[in-house]
Amino acid sequence: MLRYVAHRIALGLVSLLLLSMMIYAGAQLLPGNPGRLVLGREATPGAVAEFNHKLGVDRPLPVRYVDWLSHAVRGDFGNRYDDGRPVTDDLVPALKRSLLLTLYAFVLCIPVSVLAGVVAAMRRGRPEDRLITVTGLSLAVIPEFVLGAVLVTVFGPAFLKWFPGIAGALIDASFFTKLKSLFLPALALALVLFGYIARMTRAGTIEALDADYTRTATLKGLPRSQVLLRHVIRNGILPTIAVVATQVGYLFGGIVAIEKLFGYPGVGFQMLQAASIKNFPMLQASVLIIGIVYFVATLTGDLLMAALNPRIRLTRHT
Amino acid sequence: MSPMDDDVSTLPVVVAGVPPLTPHPLDSQKRVRQETVRQIVRSPTFVFGAIVTLFWVACAILPGQIAPHDPINDSFGPSYQSPTWGHIFGLDRVGRDILSRVIAGARSVIEVAPAATLLGVGAGSLLGLIMGYFGRWIDNVIGRILDAVLAIPLIVLAIFVLTALSGSDEGISVSPFKLIVVVGLAFTPPVSRTVRSAVLAERDLDYVAAAKLRGERAPYIMLAEILPNVMGPIIVEATVRLGYAVFTVATLAFLGYGPQPPSPDWGLQVAEQYADVSLAWWAVVFPAIAIASLVVAINLIADTVQQVLDQ
Repeated sequence: MLRYVAHRIALGLVSLLLLSMMIYAGAQLLPGNPGRLVLGREATPGAVAEFNHKLGVDRPLPVRYVDWLSHAVRGDFGNRYDDGRPVTDDLVPALKRSLLLTLYAFVLCIPVSVLAGVVAAMRRGRPEDRLITVTGLSLAVIPEFVLGAVLVTVFGPAFLKWFPGIAGALIDASFFTKLKSLFLPALALALVLFGYIARMTRAGTIEALDADYTRTATLKGLPRSQVLLRHVIRNGILPTIAVVATQVGYLFGGIVAIEKLFGYPGVGFQMLQAASIKNFPMLQASVLIIGIVYFVATLTGDLLMAALNPRIRLTRHT
Repeated sequence: MSPMDDDVSTLPVVVAGVPPLTPHPLDSQKRVRQETVRQIVRSPTFVFGAIVTLFWVACAILPGQIAPHDPINDSFGPSYQSPTWGHIFGLDRVGRDILSRVIAGARSVIEVAPAATLLGVGAGSLLGLIMGYFGRWIDNVIGRILDAVLAIPLIVLAIFVLTALSGSDEGISVSPFKLIVVVGLAFTPPVSRTVRSAVLAERDLDYVAAAKLRGERAPYIMLAEILPNVMGPIIVEATVRLGYAVFTVATLAFLGYGPQPPSPDWGLQVAEQYADVSLAWWAVVFPAIAIASLVVAINLIADTVQQVLDQ
């Protein structure tokens, strides 16, 4: 197990390192000249050169990369070009907001989708199963912002007026206000996940239902409810747990559009803004942070999966 | 999660290079293929998905013939007029006919998504063949690079690359061609993984060994011997990717990385009018439903193809 963990972490770190190189090179090489960008078209070439020298962007790329990376691993992602504030000033609160939204989406999603998955498995092949599977499949492929826009129309200001259509920064908002304002964005994300988690639970439950231990439990005279609770569901939702962890990373793709739709300034929103004004230190920092969240989530999922499944744990991976 | 990992050997594709055991091997191969196609075409989900998809393709090709009005004309009436018999989807903020805009909006998605899919599946298949066939360090090096690209969500990757490509001075400008290239290349890593694992299952089979003994070159073995035998997973991957391409292109358009006003693009329409959803839900909901219907329809097709090819 230890070998497997070490192997997975090492592989993950290698890809994060490669990712950081690509992001850095992309952000530094392609867009050209930060001095020109900040000082404007009218600035003299001398002033631009001096600005660039102060920033250190006139050094060779590999030197700058190593310098940037050595700070980044200590949590310092550099300063903004324009006002010189550390990018983490904006990024840390944004990351917290995004994680809150993600967590909310899971809280909404998991009970319902696990229940739906178990129901689908027990009614395998019947209309209920078809309904759950087809609904899940369809919801999973619709873009998050489309689901969000439709949800807002129905539950938001246009018709039912139950929830606001815009979340905003929610600074100093009470917990209840947060829950209410973030309900629709979280629900939109939850709907996308629903099909996926339900399908995993369904598969896991079907496997458990068909397993010998379930037959034994039934034959030794355990009541049906006991068989389901103690043997089927317990084993059936194991794969789901691991899947849930990996989906945190997946959700971080979806939050970009959802945060924009609801005007909620999380990491995705921050990234879009940085991209639109070409604030490259901010852009590369937010992309890398999304990469780190993705990495941690996938790793957690894989390790959980391995801990639960000796076949993965004990096979040598090459 | 990737259902096609080991099922390649059960695909109804006759192995090339094996001496003919039946009197008419080509005939039976053809018959198997015909049967596969017939099974797909007879499925009600496929038919439904295909009808909806073809409708949108028709709208993309001939918007002028299908749309009742000019999608750019803004002189039909007051801002945000609610649906009437003349304009059954209502008017948008500047008084344009939303039905016509929804119909004409199919084009910007449909001119990008299939081409991006083709590029991604083509490049991904090639990489997957190379990784799976050669293995060893080639597989390892390419694999690590692909892992790094896969370490961030596709949308984030696309935004980053599109921003970097648009230079430092001008704003963000995204041509259809740029979108095709960026989305296509972003699709390459996941496709190549699928193809790689399919190739791994074929690599050690006798027909590959036979081709090597005949002295065939590596490109010939990969393209003429192995490729036909991994077409099943590639076709499944392509249909799934097509749905995902529409998803990605629509989301990018919504985020501003796509057609610019006054284009009737669906994602752009939602982005432009979302702030006024309490005044005029029709301006947001109809383009949103258009996106959802196309994505779900393509995925119904993909689902049928996958089920038939995987059995």
